[in-house]
Amino acid sequence: MTAEELRKQFPILSREVYGKPLIYLDNAATTQRSESVIRALSDSALLHNGNTHRAVYALAGEATRAYECARVDVRDFIDAASVDEIVFTSGTTASINLVAYSFGDKFIGSGDEIIVAESEHHSDIIPWQLLAQRKGAKIVVMPVEESGALDLEKLESLFNRRTKLVCVAHVSNVLGLINPIKEIASMAHSHGVPVLVDGAQAVAHLKVSVRDLDCDFYAFSGHKMYAATGTGVLYAKKEWLEQMPPFIGGGEMIDTVSWEGTTYAPIPFKFEAGTPNINSVPTFVPAIGLIRSLDGSEAAFGLDKIKNFVYNALSSDERIVLRGTTQNLDEKVPLFSFSVKGVHHEDLALLLDKQGVAVRSGHMCAQPLMTRYGVSGMVRASFAPYNTQEEAQAFILALDKSINMLK
Amino acid sequence: MSLEEAKQAVVDDFAMFDEWLDKYEYIIGLGKNLEPFPEDKKTEDRLINGCQSRVWLDCRARDGKLWFTADSDAIITKGIISLLIGVYSGRPAKEIAGDDFAFVNVIGLSENLSPTRANGLSSMIATIKKIAGDYAG
Ligand SMILES: Cc1ncc(COP(=O)(O)O)c(C=O)c1O
Repeated sequence: MTAEELRKQFPILSREVYGKPLIYLDNAATTQRSESVIRALSDSALLHNGNTHRAVYALAGEATRAYECARVDVRDFIDAASVDEIVFTSGTTASINLVAYSFGDKFIGSGDEIIVAESEHHSDIIPWQLLAQRKGAKIVVMPVEESGALDLEKLESLFNRRTKLVCVAHVSNVLGLINPIKEIASMAHSHGVPVLVDGAQAVAHLKVSVRDLDCDFYAFSGHKMYAATGTGVLYAKKEWLEQMPPFIGGGEMIDTVSWEGTTYAPIPFKFEAGTPNINSVPTFVPAIGLIRSLDGSEAAFGLDKIKNFVYNALSSDERIVLRGTTQNLDEKVPLFSFSVKGVHHEDLALLLDKQGVAVRSGHMCAQPLMTRYGVSGMVRASFAPYNTQEEAQAFILALDKSINMLK
Repeated sequence: MSLEEAKQAVVDDFAMFDEWLDKYEYIIGLGKNLEPFPEDKKTEDRLINGCQSRVWLDCRARDGKLWFTADSDAIITKGIISLLIGVYSGRPAKEIAGDDFAFVNVIGLSENLSPTRANGLSSMIATIKKIAGDYAG
């Protein structure tokens, strides 16, 4: 399958903005949805809508099956040991907050330390700050080097008796570099410390095996991997989920309830209180199907070529400061954040928009990292397999034109 | 030039361009030609609240008329504030305070900015009106 063939499956990609073809390069914020995903969403509402896990009638059974099929596919997708380790949430943010509350409640106390990477998204910073405030715990920052790579030697020196958790993204949403999760997990485990991985930017691009990574928690969002919005996953090793107390109480997460006391449903249901996102969760199935169909495809190969082309174009332009640099592009996903000397990032994004090119600008929910690089924001272009070489070239031309206008 | 004429001149200038990219080129030109703003005037109290990029606005009154100067760290924002003060600077406080600033809607500026920038534009207008209102008493 080529990028052109793949594009046909995404209706929105044929639309125009300001009379120009849309060039969508904000895939890291949210990917577009394929017809198969849109159909799964509408079928669920049109044909199979019933509440899950509760009633005996046909519709409820269909809805429950669709929901649980998604869980099986997600288990396979990230190579978890069991479906019991897959908790559906509303997104990465909700998944991380679940751990911060539930794991944090039980395992983190006054004076304990949580190591958080400097390059994290606010979703993987603020839940830990809130936890630290509740418990009197402390956040310890794992620094990034100038290139954006994590400083593993420094990390080793951060562990002590009070370290209780390491939090790090698989891929930073600003830098696009693939962090060495396996090494980090093995280092942390040698100190008896579990690791939480924010996989939001990884799942659309990397083949993830949580067993191979040996991480304890892995969080991601459906909408960044072609599935519907409001869907997310928390993977957690069974031994953690079984020890963790429920976070939100309500329907569906119980075994028996009485005024004397309540017993909880087994995992993962203990963590899925209330009516889940019954119409959207089934979209994981076509979304994962789509990602699988891209494996070894021409579109995937084309995306690698785009990555090389854009990386070289941006890093060889003296007006541009590219962040997240590496000698080996196999260690980077096609996501590029940069600044242009003497030009405000929002001005640049605005002129690109008027040429049909949608990019992100601003602090990108990573203010500590912006501070590290001494800027208030950057511009980010992030590519998906449905982007074409022509689009990449048009982006570089439009960027040049915009810089010339602003300088 | 009366206030009405000044506003109409901007509307006419904008109408010359079909493409928003060209309108932006015009705005950027206004930003680049804005007279330099002294560094020591870039103080907190001259910052306009509610803009994503930083915008400083200073005002001096002479003979009941207001004279504005401004700066921004983003050139498009600077062009926009330049456009506004180009129309309103040198006019009586009372006239500015009583104006509806509707010409910015006529040229379609707010719809063609990002939502954050559109908020910034509203804040610029509100600040100019407030300063004028305070002087007009
Ligand atoms: C690295 C990273 N973590 C977390 C998030 C938050 O994801 P969501 O808003 O879907 O919960 C994002 C998305 O912006 C992200 O890129």
